[in-house]
Amino acid sequence: MTAEILVQTLSSGVLIGLIYALVAIGLTMIFGVMDIVNFAHGEFMMLGMYASFWLFALFALDPMLTLPLTVLMLFAFGVLLYKLVIRRIIDAPMVSQIFTTFGLMILLRGVAQFLWKPDFRSIENSWVSGAVKLGAIQLGRPQLVAGAGAIVVTIGVYLFLHRTKWGAALEATAADKEAAQLMGIDSHRMFALAWGIGAACAGAAGGLLSTFFPIFPEVGANFILIAFVVVNLGGFGSVAGAFWAGILVGVIEVMGGLLLGPQYKTAVVLVVFLAVLMFRPQGLRGKA
Amino acid sequence: MSRTAWLRLAVLAAALAAPFVVADASHLNLLILVLMAAQLGVAWNLLGGYAGQVSLGHAAFYGIGAYTSTLLLLNFGVNPWLGMLAGGAAAALLSVAFGWSCFRLKGHYFAMATIAVAEIVQIVFTNWEYGGAAVGLTIPMSHDGWAWMVFAEKRPYYWIALGLLLATLAATAIVERCHIGYYLRAIKDEPDAARSIGIDIKRYKQIALSLSAFFTALGGSFYAQKELYIDPGSVLSTALSIKMSLVAILGGIGAMFGPVAGAVVLTTIEEITRSVFGGSGRGTDTIIYAALIIAIAVFYPTGVLGWLRGRIARRNARRAHGARVEALR
Repeated sequence: MTAEILVQTLSSGVLIGLIYALVAIGLTMIFGVMDIVNFAHGEFMMLGMYASFWLFALFALDPMLTLPLTVLMLFAFGVLLYKLVIRRIIDAPMVSQIFTTFGLMILLRGVAQFLWKPDFRSIENSWVSGAVKLGAIQLGRPQLVAGAGAIVVTIGVYLFLHRTKWGAALEATAADKEAAQLMGIDSHRMFALAWGIGAACAGAAGGLLSTFFPIFPEVGANFILIAFVVVNLGGFGSVAGAFWAGILVGVIEVMGGLLLGPQYKTAVVLVVFLAVLMFRPQGLRGKA
Repeated sequence: MSRTAWLRLAVLAAALAAPFVVADASHLNLLILVLMAAQLGVAWNLLGGYAGQVSLGHAAFYGIGAYTSTLLLLNFGVNPWLGMLAGGAAAALLSVAFGWSCFRLKGHYFAMATIAVAEIVQIVFTNWEYGGAAVGLTIPMSHDGWAWMVFAEKRPYYWIALGLLLATLAATAIVERCHIGYYLRAIKDEPDAARSIGIDIKRYKQIALSLSAFFTALGGSFYAQKELYIDPGSVLSTALSIKMSLVAILGGIGAMFGPVAGAVVLTTIEEITRSVFGGSGRGTDTIIYAALIIAIAVFYPTGVLGWLRGRIARRNARRAHGARVEALR
């Protein structure tokens, strides 16, 4: 194994890891604020991909141009889903919550298949097509732009959570719903906001992925599994944790693929995940 | 005998005789599917209901059962009845590793770790040449009859499925009545209190898991013999794991007959949507199925039995109230 291959592999691992991080950030936020695991999160990403695709196919608008629109649409979708469904299961037993979001996952996949057929679709010749040569290694421009986009969105979410009043209110609700309510914070509004932002992050990931990843109704399946791992490793509810864990998982995945063959890359991630859980059930960054 | 004992005997007699009454092969197949789903739900309930550990990775045990009996049959000519027991034993053995890696986790963490374990098993079988890889394994029809558990008609499959369900229910009944059942409920409701009176929590969770894995694997071997074809997608998928838990939860978690009620409801919904809407080829059946799951999870979180119990309790309360009013007059 030459140094070039190693550097090449590591950089592509970091780039895909940034996307994993972005998907996982939405998931960890929803979990952190209201203790619900959203199995339909990969489907939010899928919807973001289709939004980019159709805006491109029908109106010839570039995915990079329409990214803000995609994010807004997914934000609205997340809020709507909260108001229609999730709101009713806040105090339900954990199993009911799991089955509600699991049902949503199957439902959204089914709807996508119904409306848009199970075909693989892709966006050709977007603004970011092509590759960039950096010395001996070569990276796809869509992947680089997607990675950069993921960093920007992550920083945005982080600043929103830690520098604004809304963010503080969200954190307060996550820490103690009743106490926050006594301070005049409407918890339903906060939960809706968490779902909106969570879905918007997944939508952003979908929009960024759409320039180089096949688009099909079940595309979320791989990402949700990885996102669970990232959320676990980063610590439930931690945005910064999800960011670093996402990059780490991306790197583990490509290295596993390089060493054992691409068919085992997900298995390697899962084995590492179980091994970490064994020694640190609270995640890599969490305190015991 | 008490009234409930007579009732149970009558239900059992009716269940045994059903294949003589139900002539239509597709109806009989629906009954078999209900029995299979019920058996898996009852097996899942041993861990999920009694010990309160929500596993979303039980397809691993089901697949181990299916693959063990099939590989033994194809490569060594081992009789499927023996293969089934071997599959159960293999799954119980695997469950020790499963429990060792997952039991220190709680709630969501546990559920996700179980998904990860099952996913790893699926990836291994998808790439393992000896196990048929992604192509799967086919059981030849050359030997048929009771000795080889291969039949041209459906009826024997029905009785075997019923037998498996009864065996799993019997195991549940035994667990429920002996000290293990009490310990498990204590662990589920008050883990700290259970530990403080000296219950070895890990050990009893593991017992529940091993039993659950054993019976789930029997179901897997049976599936292989019934379909005569297995591949990772049909016996190891996450969707299958979810379905097992869904059957138990829909029926009413932690009650012996809950999963049976859940299996009747879920399988009927599944098959009706498939036959009514499945022809379109556009996944309409999936959409309706998913919408119903959401509706049930949102509106009936205690399951079918919980809902029935609530109704019965309300009716009894009304009656008691009526009787009191009557007495006061």
